[in-house]
Amino acid sequence: MIALLLRDIRLAMRAGGGFGLGLSFFLIVVVLVPFGVGPQSALLTVIAPGILWLGALLACLLSLDRILALDWEDGSLDLLATSPLPMEGIVSVKALAHWVTTGLPLVAAAPVLGLLLNLSEPGYKWLIISLFLGTPALSVIGTFGAALTVGLKRGGLLLSLLVLPLYVPTLIFGAEVARRGAEGLDATTPLLMLAGITCGTIALLPFASAAVLRVNLR
Amino acid sequence: MPDLGKYADAVLSSYAVSILMIVVVVLLSVRRSNRVKRELQELESKVKSNG
Amino acid sequence: MNLNAFWEYANPKKFIQTADRLLPWFAGLAAVTLVGGLIWGFFFTPADYRQGSTVKIIYLHVPSALMAINAWLMMLVTSLIWIVRRHHVSALAARAAAPVGMVMTLIALVTGAIWGQPMWGTWWAWDPRLTSFLILFLFYLGYIALWEAIENDDTAADLTSILCLVGSVFALLSRYAVNFWNQGLHQGASLSLDKEENVADVFWYPLLVCIAGFVFLFIALVLMRTRTEIRARRMRALLTRERMEA
Repeated sequence: MIALLLRDIRLAMRAGGGFGLGLSFFLIVVVLVPFGVGPQSALLTVIAPGILWLGALLACLLSLDRILALDWEDGSLDLLATSPLPMEGIVSVKALAHWVTTGLPLVAAAPVLGLLLNLSEPGYKWLIISLFLGTPALSVIGTFGAALTVGLKRGGLLLSLLVLPLYVPTLIFGAEVARRGAEGLDATTPLLMLAGITCGTIALLPFASAAVLRVNLR
Repeated sequence: MPDLGKYADAVLSSYAVSILMIVVVVLLSVRRSNRVKRELQELESKVKSNG
Repeated sequence: MNLNAFWEYANPKKFIQTADRLLPWFAGLAAVTLVGGLIWGFFFTPADYRQGSTVKIIYLHVPSALMAINAWLMMLVTSLIWIVRRHHVSALAARAAAPVGMVMTLIALVTGAIWGQPMWGTWWAWDPRLTSFLILFLFYLGYIALWEAIENDDTAADLTSILCLVGSVFALLSRYAVNFWNQGLHQGASLSLDKEENVADVFWYPLLVCIAGFVFLFIALVLMRTRTEIRARRMRALLTRERMEA
């Protein structure tokens, strides 16, 4: 399993592996927002937590189809399926690899981009905490979506359509933590809910993803 | 015609839109039902004559 | 009642026979109750003293909203039956119900918007109920798109069933999340959508008839569409076999 994880991370880091694509997308979204809403720093301060969360979510979405599609095309997914690893383990490792190569860099980049959006002082801590807790859920849910659409020729758009509604609770609680934190309010409740969603998806969703993948591989 | 007062537009348009949508979904379902039924019959008679 | 008799309807032939027999009845009932209820509501009920004539929108808004949720519940049950017992009819019934449910959601949203405009002064507010319905609409869209995208029938049935299960959990989560989120945004400023509290008998009885009308309409449509899906599936199977023999 660790070998599989390392292999996936190495593949993603390699040129053309898509690593950095999500980050660049995150950067572009955040840079474009002030052009759209105007440069008033007071307004930007208000919307910064939401924009940063939305940007991270979209950047995450962008790289989802790479989780399984490449392995599906070259047949290594079939090989993995016949290996002694349980399917649940494979999809969990895939999700983890996606998080390490996409989610973690986003968490690291968010404070820097927060500067651009004039995020308020106490907001940084909460933004990092909420993204750190929330992005694993995005990766796990995304893996489920990727497993659903893996066999399809033009699955990318469908993948977004399927995954975005599933992202709603994570986005709501995550952005709420960041917003309350930025405004200096108590963010404990949404933080606990966010953590609950992340733990729940990590614990349960790999079973659904594995079932879906078995169907697609038969 | 009942007196709808100043909200006539709202009431009438919501009835119009809803009834239109219901009619469209019913019509589409009926048409597809008939088409599929016919096509299946054609196909089945063809299969029988072949076999 | 012998429960095993119920599973006979999982036989496609038997289902089509039964649907053929039941469909005229349900279609007739739907036509009578729907037309009757709407005419009763539209022509023969007074205007509400607070809401004026807009109260007549209730006869479309409430039944369609009810059916939007019930349709998803029905899809959830039939998806479960497919996963557990693998009866094709069950999966196809879920497929047949989805577009109907989506139209119901759309009707609820549109009538709600038209109603909200004069009452709240806005077409759309990010009220928890409104938002949940918008999310439900997105779930319907994704579900239908997934059915359309996959060519193999059994694969499509399996994948959409699992999506329906997972989607139900997330739809429920979203409902609570949205509740939480809106209270967090507008404390105190609540748009009460709870109509049940002040629905008087004059409005209540025609509303019941309309709800019955929507239920019958839904049953009739699902029977017909399931029949269509069964035939379409058989047609695809025959075509594949022909191609194999050729």
